[in-house]
Amino acid sequence: MKILVCISQVPDTSTKVVLKGNDTTIESAGVSYIINPYDEWYALIRAIELKESGVASDVDLVTVGKANTEPVIRKALALGGDKAIRIDAESTDPYLTAVYIAEYAKSMDYDLILCGKESIDYNNGSVGSMLAALLDMDYIGFATEIKTEGNTAVVKREIEGGEETDSCKFPLVISCQKGVAEARIANMRGIMAARTRPLTVVTPAVDDALTSILSYELPPAKAGVRLIDPADMDELVELLHAEAKVI
Amino acid sequence: MSVIVFVEHDAGTIKKKNFEAVHYASGIAQKMGTTVTAVILGIVDNAEIEKLGAYGAQKVLHVEDSRLDELHPRAYTSALLTAIEKEGGTIIITLNDINGRAVAPRVAANLKAGLVVGALTYPDMDKGFVIKKAVYSGKAFAYVNVTSDKKVIMLMPNTFPITETAGKTVIEKLAVDFSEKDFRIKVNEVNKVTGEVSLSDASLVVSGGRGMKGPENWYLIEDLAKELGAATACSRPVSDADWRPHHEHVGQTGGTIRPDLYIAVGISGAIQHLAGVNGSKTIVVINKDPEAPFFKAANYGVVGDAMEVLPRLTEAVRKFKQHK
Repeated sequence: MKILVCISQVPDTSTKVVLKGNDTTIESAGVSYIINPYDEWYALIRAIELKESGVASDVDLVTVGKANTEPVIRKALALGGDKAIRIDAESTDPYLTAVYIAEYAKSMDYDLILCGKESIDYNNGSVGSMLAALLDMDYIGFATEIKTEGNTAVVKREIEGGEETDSCKFPLVISCQKGVAEARIANMRGIMAARTRPLTVVTPAVDDALTSILSYELPPAKAGVRLIDPADMDELVELLHAEAKVI
Repeated sequence: MSVIVFVEHDAGTIKKKNFEAVHYASGIAQKMGTTVTAVILGIVDNAEIEKLGAYGAQKVLHVEDSRLDELHPRAYTSALLTAIEKEGGTIIITLNDINGRAVAPRVAANLKAGLVVGALTYPDMDKGFVIKKAVYSGKAFAYVNVTSDKKVIMLMPNTFPITETAGKTVIEKLAVDFSEKDFRIKVNEVNKVTGEVSLSDASLVVSGGRGMKGPENWYLIEDLAKELGAATACSRPVSDADWRPHHEHVGQTGGTIRPDLYIAVGISGAIQHLAGVNGSKTIVVINKDPEAPFFKAANYGVVGDAMEVLPRLTEAVRKFKQHK
């Protein structure tokens, strides 16, 4: 079985957002970048586990990004994976990102494509589902457990107010979240091996983005906290009712 | 060329957030001088479907096929594409929720339509088709311009207040030419937690952090939530320690929620946690550490021991409900 894992580079979760250029861009200076946590902790690690248990023969990683994303891809390769593909384009519009990945993946016969449930920067969570459409594959989102039985994936996924277990024959795209795998840390052997694993750069055919971000805005500052006497919870309830009008 | 809105239901019952999606579609349709066609899939009574008229759907296309009571992204996409073609729809509205995420991007990719996930405003059509959405899990907002002819907009639930009108709707059955492929996914088992308010739709949320000291104290959070009719949530360390199930984790690497009221108990308020909840309309922070960063993001703060404050607050809510 061949697995493709989609990796996105994102700012570290502790990043404070600073705007520049008349609010048209987010400052990148001083920001440290990481593998999108959902892609790393769940999608990538589950793929590596499937290879370790002999279910998967190949685990390839793909990202859409410029040369500055290579350190993050190397970091992903240090955790595992046979080779990486960097599609040399800015990842700005989810459709375009999906088109680029689909363009690469369509001739590669992947049985399983794993991605995180969303990237923590643009929170779209849509590339996996779009990719499934473009490659005429099935899609299961918000997975919390992925097992295989022969040519079938057995997937637990979140539903509203609970969980559901689905099964679907490969090929399939699955978006992953907590529960799918246990996070691990790259060891020295992995880091050394990652240096020699192939990282191929692919130049995509130019296509049009369907959306663009015109500007950004920071959330308004809160007016300031009103402290309530811990002995007087009646006052808090009254304020929530009469002032905040939420109960 | 009406605005198309995808309406979900839960075993035949249409939820408030789906009425909100219809209301939002109606707002856009009015701006464009057109009407709203809702699409509903699976087994639902006409009486329930007719409710959509009060929120602005002039017409509802109903694909009455029991297989659609389960989520099948391919089949849902086939149904929506059939409806879109029939109506000549160019703008498609869904919710930004679990089913919306499985279906809307697939529809968008088929139509080569620009997609906005988590819309917080009506489109500004003076500047193109510009919609505000949260990015970095709420640490910032982006103004996204959709430049394609066809557009798929996923509304963030609990963004717009809704009111019923005297509007009526017409229900039409829609036949869809499904293929075998559309139902390749088999649903083996469904486990629903009954009796609890689901976190993603909740307008009130009570959330606990490490300050709760251990899972044995969670009854205090649950008692308050029950009294309020609220959902329960937790911070990442709590879910990592398995004190609470993973789906309750809110924050930048968990769920993003924007309820009317978020009560955070024993949560310090790390930047990653705030990112997931700072869209909440009112925030109450209960923490014994007056220096907890969360107080800076709160509307109301209580500096005190959760074990003492929570029972008092639960009691105060109980009294309030009795006298209301």
